[in-house]
Amino acid sequence: MTAPLLSIRDLHLRMSSFDGRAHVLNGINLTVNRGEIWGLVGESGCGKSLTGLSVSRLQPTPPAHYTAGEILLEGQDLLKLSPSQMQRLRGKRIGMIFQDPTTNLNPAFRIGEQLVDVALAAADRDPEVIGCAPNAGRRECRQAARKLAGEMLTRVGIPNALARLDDYPHQFSGGMRQRVLIAMALIGRPDLLIADEPTTALDVSVQAQILELIKNSVKDFDMGVVLITHNLGVVAQTCSHVAVMYAGNIVESGPVAAVIGNPVHPYTRALMSAIPTRETRRGELRGLAGSVPNLITPPPGCRFAPRCQFAQPACTTAMPAPVSVGDNHAAACIRVNEMEALVDD
Amino acid sequence: MLHFILRRLLLLIPVIVGLTIIMFAIARLLPGDPVALAAGPNATQAEIAALAVEYGLDQPIWVQYGHYVSGLVHGDLGTSLLTRRPVAADIKAYLPATLELVFAAMFIAVAVGIPLGLVTAVWRNRWPDYLAQVGAIGAISMPRFFLGLLLQLCFAMWLMWLPLGGRLPIVVIPPRFVTGFLTIDSLIAGNWNAFFMSLRHLALPAIAMSLSPLATIMRMMRASTIEVMQQDYVMTARALGLPSRKIITKYVARNAVSATLTVIGLYFGWLLGGTVLVETVFDWPGLGLYATKAIVSQDMMPVIGVALVIGLLFVFANLVIDLLYGVINPKVRYS
Repeated sequence: MTAPLLSIRDLHLRMSSFDGRAHVLNGINLTVNRGEIWGLVGESGCGKSLTGLSVSRLQPTPPAHYTAGEILLEGQDLLKLSPSQMQRLRGKRIGMIFQDPTTNLNPAFRIGEQLVDVALAAADRDPEVIGCAPNAGRRECRQAARKLAGEMLTRVGIPNALARLDDYPHQFSGGMRQRVLIAMALIGRPDLLIADEPTTALDVSVQAQILELIKNSVKDFDMGVVLITHNLGVVAQTCSHVAVMYAGNIVESGPVAAVIGNPVHPYTRALMSAIPTRETRRGELRGLAGSVPNLITPPPGCRFAPRCQFAQPACTTAMPAPVSVGDNHAAACIRVNEMEALVDD
Repeated sequence: MLHFILRRLLLLIPVIVGLTIIMFAIARLLPGDPVALAAGPNATQAEIAALAVEYGLDQPIWVQYGHYVSGLVHGDLGTSLLTRRPVAADIKAYLPATLELVFAAMFIAVAVGIPLGLVTAVWRNRWPDYLAQVGAIGAISMPRFFLGLLLQLCFAMWLMWLPLGGRLPIVVIPPRFVTGFLTIDSLIAGNWNAFFMSLRHLALPAIAMSLSPLATIMRMMRASTIEVMQQDYVMTARALGLPSRKIITKYVARNAVSATLTVIGLYFGWLLGGTVLVETVFDWPGLGLYATKAIVSQDMMPVIGVALVIGLLFVFANLVIDLLYGVINPKVRYS
């Protein structure tokens, strides 16, 4: 069997701050295969973006410090690569999309030029990306890259793409800019796409189009996606798998249907019940009591225990290990198997 | 674009009116009698009165102002009491020397200051950065005339690499007047010897003038580079595999320069008005020296003329800067 596309194993990340050291990633395990869209959900500050940035090694060290674990891209440990080796992987093997399309395009350059530069950087490692002969001149390569940029823009649904290559970012709407950024992330034909809240800054109708575009790109390019979001609706709509994060841990993970249809971890259950439904009365919003723990002095044992309605003394003694509750579906809670009975009470 | 330039050029009219009114008012309010000064110590009352009539200085100030403005329309800036020559001709003779000096100084300041600002931002809080910052503080705080003296002492007196002052050695015949810039005129004339000579003479005063704008441009560039490097689009560029060198020299640099442009425009005007000390130290026959002599002898026409020309150049410099903004940042392109 070949190595999975992305395999994060027991990743620990410590962050130095003025107040002390925060253990912000505390043993992350995640495996992503081609064709899968993994949703990474959780509250602000739970470490989901940090996990994404770690895969691209874009989190500056210091203040971050990887204390244990590995991030394997088809068996190659990214944490052991030098900065220049890592730079050669970015764009070519790992693409990224960020949250705010208004600030992620350089305002001073035409989008065609920005796309061409990314394509040329990728072609520097693999000339096939732009379909240009290895001994071709710079001019030829630029032309080939520009042609590809036009094709990519068409592909992400920008009308009149060739003419719009010469437009500046401010001449595009927010949704169109996010399409441009997706084209930029995909132009190097990456195997893995990390999308960090790609639709948070967009309005709902555009959001659906962008998610559809990402879904279709997975099929077209045979890649794996890590979609970071705080919106369970986005996950249900787009993802094949989901990992729920809480305070630097993945508390529950598995296929979307299993996790959302039958959540077993108390935190996932609380998240699900916080979503308003048609039965929710006006003015009533069910939240989750308490707040995210301070990661400099995390609570002992299970980090969710202080807010958990099912917590027992045993919960505060040791960090719970993931327990399998079904096909590829696991939850890190010592009372998983009692959960069904507990909820019925 | 054309519309924008025309609108900005129209702005020149209030600038000219304002400048002339202020200068005329100052000329009237100043104590002393410029006519008596110009006529000399042995002149009789009648001779002084005759001179005043000759120059129209016996008339009320608003009549004088009216004459001046109607002359201005024809490019006539009045006549100097001291040299008895038209002010316009004097300025035409002295302005190129000053402009050449200012352009050379700004060229050095921009050509060194911008890359240095970029480099120190990338290497911030490491020793090359600290060294540059200490040097910048020194360059900004040191008076220009003193710096000029130090440079003369070091490079002209001790090392004897460069001349002490002047624009050309007396033995070199100056090239034919085309632009008034000796460097350019000697190139046009194909006179390499004169070209190198004029460059050698230009070097020290230009360096003395350039250091303070250089230091300011470097610090501005450093600050804006640091700010730009934290922008999301820089992160995106890194995340998509662009080489760091390309990100800095292309993507970051262009965005950072636009913030620095303002300072460049302001410094250009500031240097134009502040050449006199450097011109004195280096015996550089420019507008600063000319204006100082006129001020000392209360010869107001040249003073007003010089103020006008510098004011106009300042407005033009800032117009050019504003147009450059549009080149660098398409969002502020003028329609």
